Amino acid sequence: MSPELDQSQPLLTVNGLSHYYGSQLGCSNVGFDLYPGEVLGIVGESGSGKSTLLKCLSAVLPPSEGEVIYRDRTGLPHDIYQISESARRMLRRTDWGVVEQNPRDGLRLGVSAGANIGERMMAVGARHYGGIRSEAESWLDKVEIDLGRIDDLPTTFSGGMQQRLQIARNLVTRPRLIFMDEPTGGLDVSVQARLLDLLRGLVAELGLSVIIVTHDLAVARLLSHRLMVMQRGQVVESGLTDQVLDDPQHPYTQLLVSSVLLP
Amino acid sequence: MSEQHEAMEGYNFAYLDEQTKRMIRRAILKAVAIPGYQVPFGGREMPLPYGWGTGGIQITAAVIGHDDVLKVIDQGADDTTNAVNIRRFFSRTAGMATTTKTVAASIIQTRHRIPEQPLREDQVLVYQVPIPEPLRFMEPREVETRKMHALREYGVMHVKLYEDIARFGHIATTYSYPVLVNDRYVMSPSPIPKFDNPKMDMMPALQLFGAGREKRIYAIPPYTKVKSLDFDDYPFEVQQWEENCALCGADNSYLDEVVLDDEGNRMFVCSDSDYCEERRALGEHGGFTGEQPDLEEQNHVA
Amino acid sequence: MISVENIDKSFTLHTQGGVSYSVLEGVSFRVKPGECLVLNGPSGAGKSTLLRALYANYKVDRGHILIRHNDQQIDITEAEPRAILAIRRSTVGYVSQFLRTIPRVSALDVVAEPLLGLGVEQDVAYEQACTLLERLHIPERLFHLAPATFSGGEQQRINIARGFLPGYPVMLLDEPTASLDARNRQVVVELIEEAKARGAAIVGIFHDEEVREAVATDYLEMTALESAA
Repeated sequence: MSPELDQSQPLLTVNGLSHYYGSQLGCSNVGFDLYPGEVLGIVGESGSGKSTLLKCLSAVLPPSEGEVIYRDRTGLPHDIYQISESARRMLRRTDWGVVEQNPRDGLRLGVSAGANIGERMMAVGARHYGGIRSEAESWLDKVEIDLGRIDDLPTTFSGGMQQRLQIARNLVTRPRLIFMDEPTGGLDVSVQARLLDLLRGLVAELGLSVIIVTHDLAVARLLSHRLMVMQRGQVVESGLTDQVLDDPQHPYTQLLVSSVLLP
Repeated sequence: MSEQHEAMEGYNFAYLDEQTKRMIRRAILKAVAIPGYQVPFGGREMPLPYGWGTGGIQITAAVIGHDDVLKVIDQGADDTTNAVNIRRFFSRTAGMATTTKTVAASIIQTRHRIPEQPLREDQVLVYQVPIPEPLRFMEPREVETRKMHALREYGVMHVKLYEDIARFGHIATTYSYPVLVNDRYVMSPSPIPKFDNPKMDMMPALQLFGAGREKRIYAIPPYTKVKSLDFDDYPFEVQQWEENCALCGADNSYLDEVVLDDEGNRMFVCSDSDYCEERRALGEHGGFTGEQPDLEEQNHVA
Repeated sequence: MISVENIDKSFTLHTQGGVSYSVLEGVSFRVKPGECLVLNGPSGAGKSTLLRALYANYKVDRGHILIRHNDQQIDITEAEPRAILAIRRSTVGYVSQFLRTIPRVSALDVVAEPLLGLGVEQDVAYEQACTLLERLHIPERLFHLAPATFSGGEQQRINIARGFLPGYPVMLLDEPTASLDARNRQVVVELIEEAKARGAAIVGIFHDEEVREAVATDYLEMTALESAA
């Protein structure tokens, strides 16, 4: 897929982003550019502010300070907290995707797998049942779910399948930017590997930009081009993924890296 | 044809006090101004339980005048408990003239049907609504459904229809079939059969909807576009029967199945009892050869 | 192609009381197309550290590392991550001693991946990958298996194939022949010679003297520095 956009323009620009929960700090003064096709990993322990940051970035939690600028398909920049709520919600259904840690938060458990994938298409006006269904089938195939399961409820799926369904449901509208919060959390190691492999392939094939929050450094290494390390709401280190992990500079990053158990 | 009654003493005309009626009329005016939009109103406790048409009764009480003639139907029939009770309620509290004739009524309060006889500009149809929110099936949060209406985010309505086709091969929703009003709001038509949906489109009469438990009023002004949701390749269709009405022979009305005996014999008759009766009065008849029920007598139980 | 100017590199171990030691001090050199610079010195002299710094895997404290990428001199000590990734994609190849395996990805995919990243047609990429794997004596039955279960020598050859296939203008080789037998060592020497012949600038570490002498056009002698507090 050759993006129609000038690759030298960032897709997302974040400036001075802070969020406070009352007097409690969520994240502080975060800034970065994300370019088309880039995968940014945000790592840190629980409570380091990475999930708060992800919420601020993905337009669900207005930040206390700072701005998030998204460049649309025509190259026009939008401050996502200045545009109308309807435009913001539209963005989340079309240009963006959100893969939740718990598939229950990202799927409609009461309707079939096919309807889960079809929803975003119908939300943007698809009104041809046959067309919606065949698109749903092709996405099931892409995420390695047996086509025979298209009319089954997601509650009958395993955790890994639910997560893959969630990915299909998000990617069907060909988004440009995906937010993921611990996408492999709670999955068996063997299932994780398959999911990561699938994600790697899709990210490369579709030229997606991804912001992925994880506490798992192996996941971060496998998927992300760049890393931001967070501690107590601050970004303490950032850079090329392998450089941050192989030659960590900040004491906290060194602690994180040295704490990983190797099999 | 219509009956005039004496109002009971001690009640304001049509039960509700005048301030409450004004409040409801304001809600109705807003509802008419924004076709299909659910207007919250200060629903009152009525001397009937929720589910018995308290929303519809409050609307009727707010719009009814001394010159009106009221018809009340439940599933198309004038003689079922709910219809009889509501008619009696307005007879006693307002001394209203009541009728079972669709053509003679100026206000028709209905539960689950639209009369077969096309309605006129000088008539008002009042629906009793149990669940006013068409998005509720997909989205349990009220804050979210209101936002979805405000932003016209109606994709999930088609998710439900998709599910129907995936599961049954066709859109299996047969009642409360969602509609798009005036190209803007998705609305629940109340649990009328989808057979009646096309009647709502460009209807000359004013249509008012009242939900007592959820305290919502919505409306379709006369001559408003009402479109049933569907897919391009699975267009909206109404129910069809192989039989005609066993009593009046009608081939274009909504039929109820009536089981006749323990042998499984059954017949199909018009759900709209007035329509059936009118046809028979004109000499139409169906294939039923048994003894005809004395509908005339039943209609005057009240 | 490569121009290293006066680089210093030290490590500070915050988890071990902030102890700091210096590995590289004032290192400078240049490598031109067709040259192969061999890093020479005892273990602990910083050979691998230098190589990793050239790949921007390690950060240097001071100095510049200029690499010619798309007819531009780029200082990778200052470049943005995406610029470095672009350089790695088309200019600098790195063959380490160990293969970092990715679960479920087959040997053939591992080898062909960089070519595909450069936009080479899938058929062409896989055909070239097969040819190179055969040349390195990888049995065909292993092509479609994930290399995690391969022997050390097999994994290393997969790594070599992946590194040499795209024909990068700059090659960084960290003991590519460490666990290879004589036959495959010879193939690697040939590959290096071919790379030199097409004008690649190479920096390498070879523990094997025979290989070293066969491929080197120049040497950089390195010694371990005193630990500085």
